[in-house]
Amino acid sequence: MAKYTLKVNGKTFKVDVDASTPLLWVLRDHLHLPGTKYGCGMALCGACTVHLNGAATRSCVLPVSSVGKSEITTIEGLSEQGDHPVQKAWLEHDVAQCGYCQSGQIMNAAALLKTTPNPTDEEIENFMSGNICRCGTYLRIKEAIKTASGQ
Amino acid sequence: MKNKNTNSGADTLLAEHMETDSGGMLRRHFLKASALVGGGLMLRFSWLSGLKPMDKMVNPNLTEQGSQLNGYIQITPDNIVKILCPNPEFGQNVMTSLPMIVAEELDVDWKNVVVEMGPHDNVKLGPQFTGGSNSVRMYWTPLRNAGASARQMLIEAAAKAWSVPASEITAKEGVLSHISGKTATYGEMAAAAANVAVPKDVQLKSAKDFTIVRNSKKNAEGPKIVTGKPLFGLDYWQEGMKIAMIEHPPAFGLKLKSFDASQALKMPGIVDVFSLKLYEDGYEQAGFDTRTFNDLLVVVGNSTWEVMNARKKLKTAWEPIGETKYNVVGWRGDKREVVVPAGLESTSAHLEKMAAYAKGAAKELRKDGDPETAFKNAAQVIERTYHAPFLAHNCMEPINFFAHVTDEQALLVGPLQGPGWIEPSLSKILNLPPEKIEIQMTRMGGGFGRRAYGHYMTEAALISRKVKSPVKLIYTREDDMTYGIYRPMYTATYRAALDANKNLIGFHVKGGGIPEHPIHANRFPAGAVDNYLAEGWEIPSNITIGAFRAPRSNFNAAAEQSFLDEVAEAMGKDPIDFRLELLQRAKTNPVGQNNEYDADRYAGVLELLKEKSGWGKPENSHKKRGVAAYFCHNSYAGHVVDMVIRDGEPYVEHVTSAMDCGIVVNPDAAINMVQGAVVDGIGNALYGALTHKDGAPEQSNFHNYRIIRHHEAPRNIDVHFVQNDIDPTGLGEPPFPPVFGAVANALYKATGNRKYMQPFTVEPPNTQG
Ligand code: FES
Ligand code: FES
Repeated sequence: MAKYTLKVNGKTFKVDVDASTPLLWVLRDHLHLPGTKYGCGMALCGACTVHLNGAATRSCVLPVSSVGKSEITTIEGLSEQGDHPVQKAWLEHDVAQCGYCQSGQIMNAAALLKTTPNPTDEEIENFMSGNICRCGTYLRIKEAIKTASGQ
Repeated sequence: MKNKNTNSGADTLLAEHMETDSGGMLRRHFLKASALVGGGLMLRFSWLSGLKPMDKMVNPNLTEQGSQLNGYIQITPDNIVKILCPNPEFGQNVMTSLPMIVAEELDVDWKNVVVEMGPHDNVKLGPQFTGGSNSVRMYWTPLRNAGASARQMLIEAAAKAWSVPASEITAKEGVLSHISGKTATYGEMAAAAANVAVPKDVQLKSAKDFTIVRNSKKNAEGPKIVTGKPLFGLDYWQEGMKIAMIEHPPAFGLKLKSFDASQALKMPGIVDVFSLKLYEDGYEQAGFDTRTFNDLLVVVGNSTWEVMNARKKLKTAWEPIGETKYNVVGWRGDKREVVVPAGLESTSAHLEKMAAYAKGAAKELRKDGDPETAFKNAAQVIERTYHAPFLAHNCMEPINFFAHVTDEQALLVGPLQGPGWIEPSLSKILNLPPEKIEIQMTRMGGGFGRRAYGHYMTEAALISRKVKSPVKLIYTREDDMTYGIYRPMYTATYRAALDANKNLIGFHVKGGGIPEHPIHANRFPAGAVDNYLAEGWEIPSNITIGAFRAPRSNFNAAAEQSFLDEVAEAMGKDPIDFRLELLQRAKTNPVGQNNEYDADRYAGVLELLKEKSGWGKPENSHKKRGVAAYFCHNSYAGHVVDMVIRDGEPYVEHVTSAMDCGIVVNPDAAINMVQGAVVDGIGNALYGALTHKDGAPEQSNFHNYRIIRHHEAPRNIDVHFVQNDIDPTGLGEPPFPPVFGAVANALYKATGNRKYMQPFTVEPPNTQG
């Protein structure tokens, strides 16, 4: 066990966990931030996507020991009022079915728009292909990303 | 669960009710008004009062429950309307669409409606089963009734308060208005309405006057979903809660022989390691008690990661299970013995065995005319055999459940499609009366049938009792996929007999499966061909199977709709016109009895599809198109799929969908559901497969079980509904099966080859996230 100080959603947290513990489980089990989801544990589905210094990262394969001073943002901290343009676009297009994958989709999409403010269909498809939606809401995810980007 | 009283008069009441519910006027038996604490109206009603006899399937204790006041509408003085939703939500949007039906008849401003998830209550609410595309269909009439009754009571309260005749008052969008110009909100009249007698008869709206139903409303839980609120079972947390996982045998046909936990127990955060029997010897299983492994090796610890790590330190020995037998009691009370064979099964051996069985004897399921003679006299016989593999449900939220069980009571929280199916089993196994068991239903991260089998709730309960602590049982993705209750493996051989003029004179389907056959003998084209034979055979297996989005239909639609495409081609006919001809025959001069489908509605979907897709239009002649349509769960659905070959792989660019599910309650959500079914269907048709080698599943996570991804989904899916005023029928499942057939037929157009074995693409995925 080792002690880590994490900066999550603008707040500082201290945890005492094994160095190998993936950030996902630190968030869910220790910080009680369950918005970040577990889907595969192998960086195959994107359900666990968070931002590490603004970049989309699969938290299920990121050991807490390698987070260091990076700023972590989870779905709970994407916006204060749930009004990030991506969240608003998600509601406008009523994207969710079961909703389980959607925090990961939203975090991934928000990261995409930071680097690519006006993505093409192909750019969206490439960037979002690591996020599985078992309910098949891809079409609306694409539309919502376009709306969020102002297209 | 309290107040388990039975009402011996309920049978009569129910019968009376069913006689009167065909017209617009409904006699109210099961409504009760009372005042809300703090002012306002509480109207209790029965969700189950309008059920048809066939709904006994989802509600076997119907007669007892018909008179229970299990739903409510609350109207508070500040004009907020609260409506309870009894059914679990897994993305089918019942938490929005069911309250919409109440709100429509109540005629209230949707902005003021608050939806609450009901508690689980087996006595009052029935099994609260989500599945079979049933929720809206079943509750349509009782919900309309309740809303209309409350509305009428508000009108009468206003009439009394203003000393005017009720006929001079209108109620609209939550406001009561008198012709004099006087107005009041529902909230202002709610307290007074609580004193009005519940009306005996109410007038339901005519469909043309709907303002909420048929008008898209956003998902009631959308804001919580996009902000990551803890809605799901896996998100549930309680102080002092432990995490539990189950180490299961690596292969079907094996069980735990012995284990050494000494290393695992030394790992940090580990509380206990033990083995546990799920069902004791001689336990009589209920229909949804299906489970894969009975001897569980359990690891309990303080956190998920610690338990995952400790599992790696377990030393285990497994041994073959011999043939096992147990009794299953179905929901009708019918008892049957299930014999599970011994052995380590492999997909290659399954295929060989299926080929042998396909040649052998089968059970006749339906016969019309004289198929033997028709085939003997045929000028041409077309025969094709189709295969489909086991499929894993792969809900995005892996299986999990929270349990806190003591000697006195049990609290269970988690994702479950039919809590009422499992509660009686749990009560027996824990030896606790149902009123001491509380089941809280969470939102489900997908279901697709998998969560109808609640063995994991029982597992969690037994683990909690053993470690005397609140516990959350979690399956890893690997556990979820390799410890499954899969879609069965299927095959079917279709034969068509054509005469010298290329008329279809005989049709024969012989289908089999491991361990159950897929055949729906009374579905199309039964009823449209003079000489018809349907047969089925089954191969027992120790691989556990269960419902998967549109059970059996999801295979039949693939096989039959591909076959009809090929027959149409052999006859030189357009595939849609050929189907329409058959449906015309089934309508004007149906063959045989018990044809399940309505030929008119079936044809209607094909006509709509033809029109909306521009089928046969010159501008579409270059497109590689496939069509299929199917009937299941009381609804009709069809798709036209446009395919290209992209980077050597089939890609569906565009889909046109048509559907007849009666009145569409929430159109945008319904479109979402159909689009999702299309994507799900394409994915499973092209990539889905769970195979076995020596009893062990060969896929364990998304690197080797391919799920359709964003770039593989069509960019356009146009969804169209047949407009009619028929009471709503199923929506969640019906659009799924025909996707398989349409994909198969488009694939033929795109490649020149017909594919008979799913998945149609078997290249390994390369999609590391
Ligand atoms: S849980 Fe991290 S990518 Fe699937
Ligand atoms: S909405 Fe269900 S998995 Fe995406």
